[in-house]
Amino acid sequence: MWELIRANKRSSIVLMVLMAVVLMLLGFVIGMAFFGAEGGFFGLIIATAIWLVLTLISFSSGDQILLAASKAKPVTHDVHPQLFNIVEEMKIAAGLPAMPKIYIINDPAPNAFATGRSPKSASVAVTAGLLGRLNRDELQGVIAHEISHIVHRDILFITLAGIMLGSIVLLSQVFLRGMFYSSMGSRRRYSSGGKGGGQAQLVMMIVAIVAAILAPIMAYLLYFALSRRREYLADAGGARLTRYPEGLASALEKIANDPSPQLASVNKVTAPMYIANPFKKKKQRKLSDLTSTHPPISERVKILRNMSQGASFKDYSDAFTNITHKKTVVPVAALTKEDIALREADVRAKKEQRTENQMRQVGDIMRRVNQFIFLTCACGLKLKIPPNFKSKKVDCPRCRKTLDLPS
Amino acid sequence: MSAMLVILILVLLGGPALFIIFAIGIYNALIRLRNQVENAWSQIDVQLKRRHDLIPNLVETAKGYMKHERDTFEAITNARSKAMGANTVSDASKAEGALGEALSKFMLVVENYPDLKANQNFLSLQEELTSTENKISFARQSYNDQVLFYNNKIQMFPSNIVAGMFKFVKRDFFEIEIAAEREVPKVSF
Repeated sequence: MWELIRANKRSSIVLMVLMAVVLMLLGFVIGMAFFGAEGGFFGLIIATAIWLVLTLISFSSGDQILLAASKAKPVTHDVHPQLFNIVEEMKIAAGLPAMPKIYIINDPAPNAFATGRSPKSASVAVTAGLLGRLNRDELQGVIAHEISHIVHRDILFITLAGIMLGSIVLLSQVFLRGMFYSSMGSRRRYSSGGKGGGQAQLVMMIVAIVAAILAPIMAYLLYFALSRRREYLADAGGARLTRYPEGLASALEKIANDPSPQLASVNKVTAPMYIANPFKKKKQRKLSDLTSTHPPISERVKILRNMSQGASFKDYSDAFTNITHKKTVVPVAALTKEDIALREADVRAKKEQRTENQMRQVGDIMRRVNQFIFLTCACGLKLKIPPNFKSKKVDCPRCRKTLDLPS
Repeated sequence: MSAMLVILILVLLGGPALFIIFAIGIYNALIRLRNQVENAWSQIDVQLKRRHDLIPNLVETAKGYMKHERDTFEAITNARSKAMGANTVSDASKAEGALGEALSKFMLVVENYPDLKANQNFLSLQEELTSTENKISFARQSYNDQVLFYNNKIQMFPSNIVAGMFKFVKRDFFEIEIAAEREVPKVSF
């Protein structure tokens, strides 16, 4: 486990350095294009400053910003005891030092993500759709995957790399738009009467435009390559924690086949955080390619279902090569032989689920989170009253009895 | 000549100094791992205690519906008091095993009482019980994981030198004595 964490940290640092080089080169080239040869370092300093400020913000409150951007609401044990229990079970199984904070996103698309700085201050967010559709074993699989992201230190990496990517995109966008608008006006402003540097500056300008177009693409590809790998590893970690790969496999299958529209509050930078790609495509891609943030779900499911021998990283790695015929994603150091038996399904999971009923319960949970008042009339009808309801009394729609609202 | 002397002194002083610095690092890592083992062990106790606390509530709620199941209730209550009164580790693990068995039997009997299964209070107690059983088995699993990391560290070079010097001893894995407890209890509804 420690070997895996160490290997993960190392590859995170390599990626961060590569992205930092891309960012600084971009800053350098843009600086030279605007201010001539001496401007290169000025551009570099500006680029570094942008990145530094964003990193400081994300380090101090990045998780809060992300949670707020995804419209996640913090919940307590009373709101959804099962979710709380499952997170605690996985916290115990993983030996985390502290209980992660739990959030629910009011969205019918089933998905989940984890964020935070370290295992001591981590958060897990799930959508209402996920709670409504999965049974206990499946939910446990999803939570185990998220807890594995926390244990593997992926959460900090995703935040920091996302910020780095954001800085690169920001810088190139500002430059390209600036170019576009300034080219409509006077061009002379930039070739500011240097000593015959007009020609060289023009070349620099073209180089800068090419760099501004290519840099974000490069950074995206690097980021996505590593995030795909981390998804596989989190699947392996999840299977190891629960000793039950089928739970996560069938959860992923349900998520993939879900008909509800895609998650409302999501963008390209936050997408790699989620357990499954929140962007829905018209055509499901069969093979993983360079531009996808996640490995194809069908492949992840097949790998998990191929783990018939046990639940260790070694077993996952064998299943991975069986299915994909590629070199394993698990770092060699983590491939020690462990004898971990699989367990059987929770009996309730085998019974047919009453999804409709479950969805209604989730609806109630969301209303409770949003401070609705619940009243039961003498005739047995349950009233759910929104928080902006002004009057002190309400008539029961069935038996016409007038009920007092508790203040 | 004096240069040789300086090098000799550096080697004589630097070697042990380097060794001490490395030894401190390894010693701290060993302490951290041993604390994690202790912590995982106490987590099992916490969850077992939670199970003891849940049982009176569960029995109280179910009693009203299950008038003719006195034997089942008695078995649970007896197993609970035996488990709570156990003094040695082997006694405790036997008693906890028996309690787990009594609970899964009880959950089978519940199948015959649809009214009870519709009771909201009972349903939430039942979720708590399922989760506590899971937590017990995950705590044991985590304990064994931590013991594995710790034992590996003690036996591997170079940390085995430091472990030998400060008498870090190997820990035993948690093995379940009763066959019924070997599997995660299946609470069925």
